[in-house]
Amino acid sequence: MTTKSVLTVIGTKPLSEDTHSCWSCGAMRAAHFCGSCGKVQPPAPVDYFSFFGLQRKLDLDVAKLEKEFYELSRRLHPDLNARAGSQEQQWSLEQSSLLNDAYRTLRDPIKRTEYLLHLEGVALEEQSKAATEQARATGETKKQIVPPDMLEEVFELNMQLEELRMTRKMGEDDPALLAEIGEHKVTLEAKHQALLEELRTHWKAWDSLIDRGPGTDGTERARVRDLMVDGLNRRNYVRNLVRDVNAELEE
Amino acid sequence: MASDHIVGIDLGTTNSLVAFMQGDTPVVIPGDDGSNLVPSLVALDDKDQAVIGNSARRNLIETPERAVYSVKRLMGRGVEDIREELKLFPFRLAEDLQPGEVLRIKLGEKTFTPPEISALILRQLRRNAERYFNGPVVKAVITVPAYFNDAQRQATKDAGRIAGLEVLRLVNEPTAASLAYGLDKKQNGIVAVYDLGGGTFDISILKLHDGIFEVVATNGDTHLGGDDIDNLLITIALDDIRGDLGVDLRRNAEAVQAIRKAVIEAKIALSSKPSVKLDVELASGKRYQREITREQFEQLIQPVIDRTVGPCKQALKDANLKPEQIDEVVLVGGSTRIPKVRALVKELFQREPHTGLNPDEVVALGAAVQANILGGGSEATQNMLLLDVTPLSLGIEVAGGVTDKIILRNSTIPASATQFYTTQVDGQANVAIHVLQGERELAKDCRSLARFDLKGIPPMAAGIPRVEVKLLIDANGILHVSAREQRSGKEAEIQVQPSYGLTDEQVEGMILDSFDNAEEDFHRRQVIEARNEAATILAALEKGKKSAAWGQLTTDERKQIAKMEKALVAVQAEDDHAAIRKAIDALNQGTTRLAELMMDTAVSTALKGKNMDETDLGEGPTAPHPMAKAEFE
Repeated sequence: MTTKSVLTVIGTKPLSEDTHSCWSCGAMRAAHFCGSCGKVQPPAPVDYFSFFGLQRKLDLDVAKLEKEFYELSRRLHPDLNARAGSQEQQWSLEQSSLLNDAYRTLRDPIKRTEYLLHLEGVALEEQSKAATEQARATGETKKQIVPPDMLEEVFELNMQLEELRMTRKMGEDDPALLAEIGEHKVTLEAKHQALLEELRTHWKAWDSLIDRGPGTDGTERARVRDLMVDGLNRRNYVRNLVRDVNAELEE
Repeated sequence: MASDHIVGIDLGTTNSLVAFMQGDTPVVIPGDDGSNLVPSLVALDDKDQAVIGNSARRNLIETPERAVYSVKRLMGRGVEDIREELKLFPFRLAEDLQPGEVLRIKLGEKTFTPPEISALILRQLRRNAERYFNGPVVKAVITVPAYFNDAQRQATKDAGRIAGLEVLRLVNEPTAASLAYGLDKKQNGIVAVYDLGGGTFDISILKLHDGIFEVVATNGDTHLGGDDIDNLLITIALDDIRGDLGVDLRRNAEAVQAIRKAVIEAKIALSSKPSVKLDVELASGKRYQREITREQFEQLIQPVIDRTVGPCKQALKDANLKPEQIDEVVLVGGSTRIPKVRALVKELFQREPHTGLNPDEVVALGAAVQANILGGGSEATQNMLLLDVTPLSLGIEVAGGVTDKIILRNSTIPASATQFYTTQVDGQANVAIHVLQGERELAKDCRSLARFDLKGIPPMAAGIPRVEVKLLIDANGILHVSAREQRSGKEAEIQVQPSYGLTDEQVEGMILDSFDNAEEDFHRRQVIEARNEAATILAALEKGKKSAAWGQLTTDERKQIAKMEKALVAVQAEDDHAAIRKAIDALNQGTTRLAELMMDTAVSTALKGKNMDETDLGEGPTAPHPMAKAEFE
């Protein structure tokens, strides 16, 4: 076989946004397209918050974000730049994919929080990956740390799920058991909701720190950050439980 | 200029269409037989010339071993993928196929890859458009099933290139349909498009918002459609015949095609009648007849149409929507004419589906709308923008044969993801990467897209290099990869080995008409066609000279005709199609009285008012046009 395509990466030298001018008309540029002539600009290596011109705050207005997403799509999407030169088309493709990636991440509360933590240097994904790989290497199932306040509940639920699988195997039905599992499901969903609410209060704490400006209160930042990491972990645990229960009940 | 026309093409399993935006309205361009639908049927005639569409219907019945249909089912697939298809479709594969090679199908003694066969259909559509515009057409938007994977999309793009078309965009069929629907309706809301065609099924859920068509979820089955229903009926007929007449016709391609034709007609009739009679005359002279009631038919097809339920539910789940939140369900594809299918959709979405669109044409019309948007838009489309998604997750194989998903399904495209790799041995210069598409946990259960070798990593200790690999899915849903070693800043070279697909060199070698030479090719074709027409009228004149009517002309008239004949013969060999046509027109005019006299002496009065070349019982074209003659059965 021969080489099908060899693509090169566009240089990622940081561009200073407020001093750069449009490559086409020379006017001072907006971040993504020229405010004067509308031409798509080369993508700058910015984080998703900066892409939308946002501060790194978590309690954001999703409706407003959507509106901005649509506005930027109308400027950056390859369909609207299909008649431009090949370099511009390439920029449009890259800008548009960056826009979509940023919007997908920021509109979702969990992904947004995870992304912010990633920017703050927390290696959430790597932690989880390392645990998964270690579990695979040792042939064990990945250890989940059960939040202490849920130990009893999770233990009971797992017993009942096991029982459900057994009765199913025998081709039997146990409406009482199903009802009990259903109750657990309701409790878990409420718990999930409560954890999301809790996460929201951390967001507010984080956002007020951002409002106070950079460099302030390093220890307080670290504290809120750790609270969010813990909140996310517990939330993911409960979400996985709800998912497993749903899968069992749907069978 | 005429060459600026960008056409929209629906390259369907059963039928294909070409459309364009005429002012504010998308319209389908008919073929030279006047039909909007070009059957996706390719045959080789006895001179090994390709015959396409309706003209090939007779070939399919008479020389089925030289014809192929439903080739879309084979696009972007390997031989191991199509075992099931081979049981049901009369595809004859080349005997010397190697594992991993792109499929080749035999037509007579020749072999063709699926993209080449699709290219023949595309070329026919292109010619239909060129005849319509009277100028070359080189740019097109082509639709694909939303659930097509990367290989299937790439194969479709290759087919366009082979047909001499620059494929500006691949658009998902249900999304294209929504564009045509939205152009008409101009309403905000949530729309589901249920698209059950000849060979593929798609469900797409879109949010329509002030001209933005945002796909929120899509799902489907690229091997589910009307073909499956036909095959059920064919199997029953063959079983009947074997049981009652004791003959096994399964290997008899002619008989199977005759039965297939009859069951398709029966299937269509059953959408409007409570029962039909299947009636096939067999070669033995016996007739196979069978009554089918709609109730029986509906029972029979239930398992097939039930297969659309899972994808619909999954799409709703992915969109995080309940059926009652859908504002409208739009039906697309010929199979949605079946009342039972409509009933199923009604039950699934708890509402009466919208049936106001022509299910055969709406995809092509939508492709024309998208073509118009790409061409800069018009008043009707200036606010319209399509935001589509990738139907399948993209992943990379990691340790233990597990798929690590890096772009999830239903992500808006273009979409990208960046991965980092390092080496495991000191001085290692290459890293192999396996890219997969699909939802399954294990790499072996996903679709292998390509294997990449990162080469030329500068020698460093193990674990030190940091190779950044960027995967990008473009607006066509096609994958692009780039890589760079971060510590040295050096770009790593990537060699892509497509798991199923043609290389650029192979595609180059297959090109039928290069779009670089479109203008030239178009003129050459015009000349050839003008010459053919000249030959037809000259032959007709020869016949006329032997008729009684010739003697009834005055000497002067005969002299005049001879002069014009000479003039036509003189320019016939030249490369000037306009001059040839002028001479043809002159001779046509000059022979009007001869034609009238011939008609008077002829028994038929039906030919009254026609001139010379048309009295020759339909052999000449009815209007001057630059394309090949239509074939008549």
